[in-house]
Amino acid sequence: MSNNNMNLNLKIWRQPKKSAPGKMVDYKVSDISPDMSFLEMLDVLNIQLVEKGEDPVVFDHDCREGICGMCSLMINGQAHGPEDRTTTCQLHMRKFRDGDTIVVEPWRAKAFPVLKDLMVDRTAFDEIISAGGFISVNTGNAPDANAIPISKENADLSMDAAACIGCGACVASCKNASAMLFVSAKVSQFSLLPQGKVESSERAVNMVNKMDELGFGNCTNEAECEASCPKGISISNIARMNREYTVGSITGK
Amino acid sequence: MSEKKLDSKIPEGPIQEKWDNHKFSTKLINPANKRKYKILVVGTGLAGSSAAATLSELGYKVEAFCIQDSPRRAHSIAAQGGINAAKNYTNDGDSIWRLFYDTVKGGDYRAREANVYRLAQVSANIIDQCAAQGVPFARDYGGYLANRSFGGAQVSRTFYARGQTGQQLLLGAYSSLQKEVSKGKIKVHTRCELVDVVTVDGRARGIITRDIVSGEFQKHAADAVLLCTGGYGNVYYLSTNAMASNASAAWRAYKKGAYFANPCFTQIHPTCIPVHGDHQSKLTLMSESLRNDGRVWVPKNKDDTRKPQDIPEDERDYYLERIYPSFGNLVPRDVASRNAKAQVDLGKGVGETGVAVYLDFKDAIERDGKDAIEARYGNLFEMYQRITDDDPYVVPMRIYPAVHYTMGGLWVDYNLMTTVPGLFALGEANFSDHGANRLGASALMQGLADGYFVIPYTIGGFFAENTPDGLDENHPAFEEALNESKSIFEKLLSVNGTTPVDHFHRELGKIMWEYVGMGRDQEGLKKAIEEIPQLRKKFWSDVKIPGEGNQINVELEKAARVADFLELGELMARDALDRNESCGGHFREESQTPENEALRNDEDYCHVSAWEFKGVDNSPEKHKEELNFEYVKLSQRSYK
Ligand SMILES: Cc1cc2nc3c(=O)[nH]c(=O)nc-3n(C[C@H](O)[C@H](O)[C@H](O)COP(=O)(O)OP(=O)(O)OC[C@H]3O[C@@H](n4cnc5c(N)ncnc54)[C@H](O)[C@@H]3O)c2cc1C
Ligand code: FES
Repeated sequence: MSNNNMNLNLKIWRQPKKSAPGKMVDYKVSDISPDMSFLEMLDVLNIQLVEKGEDPVVFDHDCREGICGMCSLMINGQAHGPEDRTTTCQLHMRKFRDGDTIVVEPWRAKAFPVLKDLMVDRTAFDEIISAGGFISVNTGNAPDANAIPISKENADLSMDAAACIGCGACVASCKNASAMLFVSAKVSQFSLLPQGKVESSERAVNMVNKMDELGFGNCTNEAECEASCPKGISISNIARMNREYTVGSITGK
Repeated sequence: MSEKKLDSKIPEGPIQEKWDNHKFSTKLINPANKRKYKILVVGTGLAGSSAAATLSELGYKVEAFCIQDSPRRAHSIAAQGGINAAKNYTNDGDSIWRLFYDTVKGGDYRAREANVYRLAQVSANIIDQCAAQGVPFARDYGGYLANRSFGGAQVSRTFYARGQTGQQLLLGAYSSLQKEVSKGKIKVHTRCELVDVVTVDGRARGIITRDIVSGEFQKHAADAVLLCTGGYGNVYYLSTNAMASNASAAWRAYKKGAYFANPCFTQIHPTCIPVHGDHQSKLTLMSESLRNDGRVWVPKNKDDTRKPQDIPEDERDYYLERIYPSFGNLVPRDVASRNAKAQVDLGKGVGETGVAVYLDFKDAIERDGKDAIEARYGNLFEMYQRITDDDPYVVPMRIYPAVHYTMGGLWVDYNLMTTVPGLFALGEANFSDHGANRLGASALMQGLADGYFVIPYTIGGFFAENTPDGLDENHPAFEEALNESKSIFEKLLSVNGTTPVDHFHRELGKIMWEYVGMGRDQEGLKKAIEEIPQLRKKFWSDVKIPGEGNQINVELEKAARVADFLELGELMARDALDRNESCGGHFREESQTPENEALRNDEDYCHVSAWEFKGVDNSPEKHKEELNFEYVKLSQRSYK
């Protein structure tokens, strides 16, 4: 074992299935290199469990590059753990110290039920998108891409909002489990572009209504969402969405 | 070996007119009749999402399937650098013809000319379509679209959205998909994995899936099945692919009669973060766009352990600039990768492991300023620092090649149909357009070309000849396939051995990287063909999978995929052994020029090798599709 390697105590939420109760369970892992990612550390634990014939800890992950939005995890009470603007899969063990106790829980929100252990169901986000998170253009209809110039400033702001990976950290870290940051990022991305402007207020109203219907909470300006967002999505998007929403509600669009 | 000719169905006429003529002569399906046809789209990456959305817009009944919890998380999301299109917005001499030419040449003359030309033709429409969907492409101060250059090209034709182009394009296609979902026209099955293709009288009539949450097996009947299930780079265990990327859908199709083409054509990407330890689960790509501004070098002297900043200019070897003065750091991927390996083999590798080379931004930062470099690559630099704990603004990045993309895949004709009628393959899952080496920023282009602009036309041609006949899930072929699939999963659970799945996957990866990696020779390939079946045997007698099949069981899912990789790996080695020439990413040590460049053998290998399944423990049968180069003259590639 190299000098810097660590021994860690883990407290992990185990829940066999959606309908069953869950509980925290203690585990130990040893010889963890600081260069490992958090998920690689959990891989080590899982190999140990499998070798003993026990059920490995289930968690969502795929790209392990911080872009697919599949990984989640509340780590010591923080969505995606202690490092700023970093998804769980990009969090590295050098952020922890030998002997640390790490508490790992799933996202907790009414709209994100736990499926097993640390894996939750986020299909509510897809439903919100299908309520209006698109531009109504069919393939084949598009004019030349340079036919409509877009100011660099707006294109950049739109891209800032579009960077959302749909992981749900905003919901998990909000005491109301509100999805406002997620919804407003999509509304903003489109309302900043001439192509998306056309349906903008209608989109805001439809998406917000859907969000409410699915059991997400209200926004009370806690700003925890922005703080926990691994992509640094700004809450100024929420203000932009509220403007679109107000216009939409007044005009009945 | 049979010499049966595969019918690629390339339309007649001059290459510029083939696609238009074909579209015109393909029979149309009347709009009212379209809703009578059901299409299953497996995979929701760029290829799958774009196809599903477009086919639904046309009026077909569509169901889509993906492994992840949302269609938006397909592996396409991870593409960083950009997407090519022959727009010539930069007025630097690009054209459909040049993109076509670059792609054929970049693929080292092992792609089908007609397909590549069509790809170049529709490339411009892709950008239009994506801009209309609200994809926030990078723009210049005038508000017009910005471009960057990529390896293997001397024009700037790559469109991008910061370092997240794949994400933005996929979210665009996904939003179109969800638009159709909102109209009730597409049903999406998430966390749902294809486990078999169902054929009736030789034609694909549906699929069997396993629900990842409930473990339930389900039957789905349809008029056509589209496999848009991505590439098989994870056969090497370590690759830049996402963890769930797999070969299984294509492999099950292969076992049902679809030929597998050029399986040995894999792309090793030159700029990835090097391997750091035994527990590493995947490799991270640093976009090729970095080679626009980064300079690749190693110390001139062997075993130089000084820090990079302590090595003076005249003791550095900028080997790509030295060997390839006209393309320099922008040579195609296969050339860049092989050269990195050559330097490491000479003992000039850098970093703790000695298995890396430098990618240095010092000159670019001095020339353009740190801010300009940050604007171009900020997120990539951040990612690099997060993983390695080094600051690339100050010390050069350490990079090394890693498995990235698979040019091989299911053989398809010009209509994207496999050798099984009714079964189509799109995107990385097919073999079609990149020959023996894919150019950067061309996979996104191909996935979207296939989905938005090719399949919507060609599938009509198939349906015109195959009208709905009322066949449904009650046909006995479905029950039979379902039971077969179930029994595979039960068999996996019943092994009850001692070794976790990952162990076998890692072992397979080692064999593949060692013998079917960047350099291949007869002896090594024969070893691989011997060792892989042994490992497979061990897997089936010793794999340990805790838990049951009727619930979320991640080890079971992985085991089913690894079981397929253990068969595919052998086919790749066989194909590599059979192709006794070097071309693109396939480098046979026996076949090189005096300057160590890949040496093709057009006399004997100017063909696509399409393999037919003959049983797991039997040799597959090879079929050849001869390639004719009428427009781009066969010549030895040169980037000097
Ligand atoms: C890190 C990285 C960066 C890249 N950057 C670029 C770039 O800058 N430019 C470029 O052109 N290309 C790039 N590429 C390549 C490009 O991203 C891929 O080739 C392309 O996105 C593949 O798209 P696809 O639609 O064919 O498949 P994928 O996006 O891989 O999608 C596969 C889909 O199939 C589903 N699936 C798989 N198996 C099954 C099954 N058995 N049952 C049900 N569903 C299944 C998955 O869930 C997923 O939805 C990059 C690749 C990587 C790895
Ligand atoms: S696994 Fe993809 S973002 Fe973490």
